[in-house]
This record gives sequence, structure tokens and C-alpha cells, in this order.
Amino acid sequence: MSALSILYVILFYVAMITLVAGITNKMLQYKRVPAPLKIAVTPAPLTRTGVVYRFFTEVVLFNSLFRATKWTWIFGFMFHASLLLAFFRHLRYVISPDSILWPLVNNMVVQSFGHYAGFAMLVGLLGLFGRRIFVDRVRYISSPSDYLMLILIMGIAGTGLSIVYVAHTDIVQLKAFIMGLFLFDWQNLPGDPILLAHLTMVLFLAVIFPISKLMHAPGLFMAPTRYQIDNPREKRHLSPWGAEIEAKDGRNS
Amino acid sequence: MAKVDYEIPETREFPVIPSVMEGAMAHSSPFVASEEFQSGMGFPSPEEPGQLIEGWKERFLELMKDKLGKYRSLQVFMDTCVKCGACTDKCHYFIGTADPKNMPVARQDLLRKVYRRYFTFAGKYFPKLVGAVDLTEEVIKDMYSYFHQCSECRRCAVFCPFGIDTAEVTMAARDMLAKIGMGQKYSNQIIPKVHKIGNNLGLPEPALVDTLEGLEEEVEEDINVKVRFPLDEKGAEILLVTPSADFFAEPHIDGLIGYAKVFHATGVTWTLSSKASEAGNFGLFIGSYEHMREISLRIRDAAKELGVRRLVFGECGHAWRVAYNHLNTLAGPWDFLDQNYPIPQHILEYTKDALDRNLLTIDKSENDHMTLTFHDSCNIARASRIGDTPGSQFTTPRQVIQAVCNNYHDMAKDTIHDATFCCGGGGGLLTDDLMELRIKGAQPRMESLKNVVSDHGVTHMAAICAICKSQFTKVLPYYGMTMDQIVSVHQLVSNAIILEGQGEEADDSDEADEAA
Repeated sequence: MSALSILYVILFYVAMITLVAGITNKMLQYKRVPAPLKIAVTPAPLTRTGVVYRFFTEVVLFNSLFRATKWTWIFGFMFHASLLLAFFRHLRYVISPDSILWPLVNNMVVQSFGHYAGFAMLVGLLGLFGRRIFVDRVRYISSPSDYLMLILIMGIAGTGLSIVYVAHTDIVQLKAFIMGLFLFDWQNLPGDPILLAHLTMVLFLAVIFPISKLMHAPGLFMAPTRYQIDNPREKRHLSPWGAEIEAKDGRNS
Repeated sequence: MAKVDYEIPETREFPVIPSVMEGAMAHSSPFVASEEFQSGMGFPSPEEPGQLIEGWKERFLELMKDKLGKYRSLQVFMDTCVKCGACTDKCHYFIGTADPKNMPVARQDLLRKVYRRYFTFAGKYFPKLVGAVDLTEEVIKDMYSYFHQCSECRRCAVFCPFGIDTAEVTMAARDMLAKIGMGQKYSNQIIPKVHKIGNNLGLPEPALVDTLEGLEEEVEEDINVKVRFPLDEKGAEILLVTPSADFFAEPHIDGLIGYAKVFHATGVTWTLSSKASEAGNFGLFIGSYEHMREISLRIRDAAKELGVRRLVFGECGHAWRVAYNHLNTLAGPWDFLDQNYPIPQHILEYTKDALDRNLLTIDKSENDHMTLTFHDSCNIARASRIGDTPGSQFTTPRQVIQAVCNNYHDMAKDTIHDATFCCGGGGGLLTDDLMELRIKGAQPRMESLKNVVSDHGVTHMAAICAICKSQFTKVLPYYGMTMDQIVSVHQLVSNAIILEGQGEEADDSDEADEAA
């Protein structure tokens, strides 16, 4: 096995462990911190099922963003939808044709639209980048990291597209490498510079995920304003530290 | 009161998002609480008001760590913002002032940049990259200024893709600021009055008795029916908790008369309490769980002492937010009240129910001299319900208004319901030292009001919040309208309701006829 391949095997494991451990750690932190008061933004659902529906409209349709600003919604939705398609297309590197999961990859949507998702992703990202530059309000709130994050993802999309349309890599060997990581049977990685650039940026993105604003993805589900059920009059809500205060003076009994 | 000259923002046919003007409102800052008011709240006081306590920086970071561990909202909201810009044009204070720090995300960032510097990896090691800054006196000053340019109205939270609620950040920041010596005078002066006397105005029991007796006489003179305004009557069915402004301010007091007439017409026994003679709860504004609880517990104590069976709240926005969402948490459980009714119940739920059951005799033509519109109060719209279904906080008030008025027209769609604009005076900002902010912050609401006035002949705007009513009374004249164009919803009910025996004796009521 080449030294390069060994390096990337190590990088892959480090990045994936950082990603999973980092997100888990953050989510546990959120879970640990209580929500002392009912703060659902109303109108809010009255049932758990309603909350699931609320999240569906937010996560799948970006409902609030749609109400807020159409341009950001268009570019944001374009980017995220493309990302999802790209994700499914990439599954072919970890799923074999004989797997029951193969239809996830080998279906009409992924194979047709997915093929061009990279372009849509770039358009979306350019739109998001443009608004940071041209809308004075968004320019005011943008930090260097906000621009760099977009550039990083543009780099990933750009190199990804290059592999497909400009300089092909040995994808059979690439698949062997990736599968090898899962099976702990390590294989060589093709050495094309564009592929290495693509992978390096993806791994970097994974590493910074838990310590950056990318946490918006899992964090979205932890906003009490959205996940709480609107039933404060029917069901008493009390946090552990709220209960402690009560226990001290006994005035609620 | 004399009108002070401020630059009054233009109102236009269609809303326009302003270009940012950095520092436009940097000078706006409410009076800082003096030692007297700080200590009255249990907050520390520095040598001079406006200065910070010794060791303020460490204390602030310690408080922040504590808050982050106690409030999931704060912890999550500090992390999840992606600076997408969805909220940037949603705040009435930004629209009215163009100051970029009044964009909700920029307001949150005042705290977030400190959070990043001291609590995150990126901010600790790459502060410039992620816009993290050291905690300095200047940062604190900025926070004090701009966290008092937020009315905690949550309009931004409606549009945020991640549900980030700036009000949560503002509340946390205000509490931390107060605890390093920078409490706000207005709120910190009021809260001890509630604790000691029972209401925000510091209206003692004898004054309250006087006021209520006066009201009884006034109503009797007016309609020749003895409508009671009972105080501290043990064994009454309902305890009414209402904002103390209802006892003396216009148009609030007309709303109070409306509640009394509805109670009278439905034949229920009710009472006010001198101990809980205030629905408002400024503990919410300053982000203090403890003060908010203390204020809520007065209501529990009063309800127990008076032996009432039901709890009804009068027209007040933030009070209803606290009552609806937090009363059960802070002052519950309410197992000693009648479980067949919502606890607490909004006066509009009570009136709507009475209307539905045909218990009220209504003559809508009594309100024919007006064409109404309705201002959804922020806290009611975005933090409560008034009825059984989601969105009943929008429909119930409108149904009641339309049940007692013939002429009604809504304001523009993107300025009502959960997209409603704050009046500009909520969240503890209803103070004269913030007049400029209040006038400018009212611009979006004034604009939509003016448009229905000119296009649909609207003459009056009804509201169900004491702060909204006071704020509009004050700012309407600045926008070329008159202070009496703001009315209480129960004032409309009061106008239209016909009580049994009303006007039976003599139509021109005899002034000399003494009320017993």
C-alpha cells in the first residue's frame, strides 16, 4: 500500500471519528441543558404528531425561510436539495449492486437529476455567496468564516464536477478504497490530484462540522421554539432546576 | 405632554427596507438603575450608576456559563445561526431606525461574539475568523444599548429557519447586565412595587377601592344599571387579574368596564384582588426566572386566599404570554381551581363563549361611528392561544370585534397574525427615556394602519394589550393621527352590550340621582 493511501486511511478515520464524536457530544450537551419554560413560537402544534409535521415543513421545505426571503430560499433550497442528491449518488461508493440498499443509488431521480446536482449546487452556492457581497444587511453580519465556508463547499462541488466531466479517476479502485475502510481491509487510493483535493476538503469539512455553524443541521431539532408542544395550560412543564427552587420555599404546594 | 421633536420616519404605501446606517441609534440607551433600584431587586450596585461592579468581567462570563447550562434555548441559539439574513429586515426597530445592530442577528451577535471568544474552539483560537471579540466595557455598553432596543416581540423567530428567538438572547443578556451593575431603571423600579404593593403603578388598596367605587358610579350614571367592580371578595367564582393600567389609563379603563359588564350579563360572581392587582409581569422582560416566579406566586396566593374557582386575565399582551405559558410552571399546580375551565382563561375566551351561548344582548349599531382594525399584540400572536385551536389567538379577538361592530377591516396580510409588528413599546421599553426609539419602532405598524385608514376608511384600531394601548396613545399623534384612535376590544363590547334594565328609568339620566 502506498504511503499516500495510508495517510488517507488515517485521515478518513480521524475525520469520521471527529465528526461523529463531535456531533454526539454537542447533541448530548443540548440534551443535558434543560428548557425551563414553554417558549413555543405560536401558532404551534398541539400534539407530538403536529410537531413532526412542523419539522417536516421546516426541514424539507424550509417553510420559515420561504416566508422570510424568496431569494435566499431559492439559492438555499437549490444548494441543500443538490447536496441531498449528491449524497445519494455518492452512496454507490459504499453500497454494492447486490445489496438490498442498492435501489437508493440506482433509481431514476438520483441517476438523472443527481447527475447534474453538482451544477445546481454551484449555482446555489454562488447565489448565497453573492448575497453576502451585494446585500448590505447580509454583508454586515458576515464574518470571514461565512465566506470561507461557502468557498470550501464550492471547492468540493467544483472538484467533484471535474472528476465527473474533466479528469476521470479510477472509480473502481476508489470504491475498493472506501469499502476497505468499512471492512478494515485497506486498499490503495487512486492518486489523482483532483480526487485528493476533493477528499481533503470533504474531510476538512467533516472535522470542522461540530465546531462550526454547520451544527445548524442537527441543532435545528433542538430549538424549544419549534419542538415544544403548545399545551402549557394542560400539562405542567417544570425543569429540574425549577423544581429545586420550588422545593426550597415550598410555595407551590 | 409637549411633543419633543424627533425625526419621524416616513410612512409609505408599500414598506421599504432601509439601507443600513451604522451607529444610527448608538446613542439610544435607557436610564441605568440607581443603587436604590438595583438593591431593591437583589442586584449588585457599583459606586456610580452606569459603572460596573468590581470583577465584572469574570462575573459576566460566570453568569454566561450558568445561563448556557440552564437555558437550552440560549445554548442552541448561540450555535445554530448561519447568518443567512432571513431575520435582517424583520425587526420593527431596524425598519424604523436603519441601525444594523437592530437587525435581530446582529443583536444576537453582540452576545454571540463573546460566547464564541470564551466558549468555543474556533473563537478561542481563531477569533478574527469567526468574528469573536474580547469582553470589554465597550462591548458591555453596546449590549446595554441594543438589548434595550429589542421589545422581545419574537417576529424574527417566526422567520428564522432554525427557530432562533432573539427575545431569549435579550432576556439572558439583560439579566446578566443587571447582575454586573447595569440594570435598567424602568423595569427595576417597577418590579419591587409589584412585590410590595401588588401592582406596577404602586396603587395601594385604598386608592384602588376609590377607583373602583368611582367606576361603579360612572357606569350607573351612564346606563342606569348597577354594575359591580368587586375587590377582595372571598368566595367569588372568578378572580380577574388585569393590568393595573386598566384602573386609570385611557382607553384601558373602558376595557375594564367592558369586562365588568360581561361578567354582570352572565351573572357570574367575580372579584379583583388588591394583592394581585396586576397582570403584568416585568420579570419576563428582564429575563429573571426568580422575579417572574415571585410575581406569579402572588396570583396563586390571592386565588387561594379568596377561595375562587376560576382565574381570568384581562387584556394584556406579555401578561397573557406569562399567564398562558408560564403560570402553570411558575405558580402551579392549579389543582385547587375548577378543572372544567382553562387555567388561566383569557377574558376574550370568556366573552367569546358568552357570545356563542347567546348570553349577551348586543346592539352592534352602537359602534357604527367607527370602522375598526385589529392590532395583534406580539406576545399574544407569537406566544399564546386564545381558544382551543392553533391560531385562535388571531380569530377569537376578530370574532368578538365583529360580533359587536359592523365595520371591520384587517391591515395588510404581512403585518398581522404571527407576522404582526410590535407596537414599539413592548418588552420593558415603555419609558419616556426611550421615546425616540418608541416612535421609530412604531413606524411599520403606523404605516400599515395609515394604509387601511386611507384605503378602507378605518377610523380606530383595537388592541388587547395595555402596553400597546399606552404606546399608541403616545405615538399616534407623531404620525398625524389622534390618541383616541386606539381602543380596547372590551371597550367595543362595552359600547354594544345591552344589560338588563339598561336605560329603563329615564333616558336622559338624572345627574342628581344618587348612586347608592
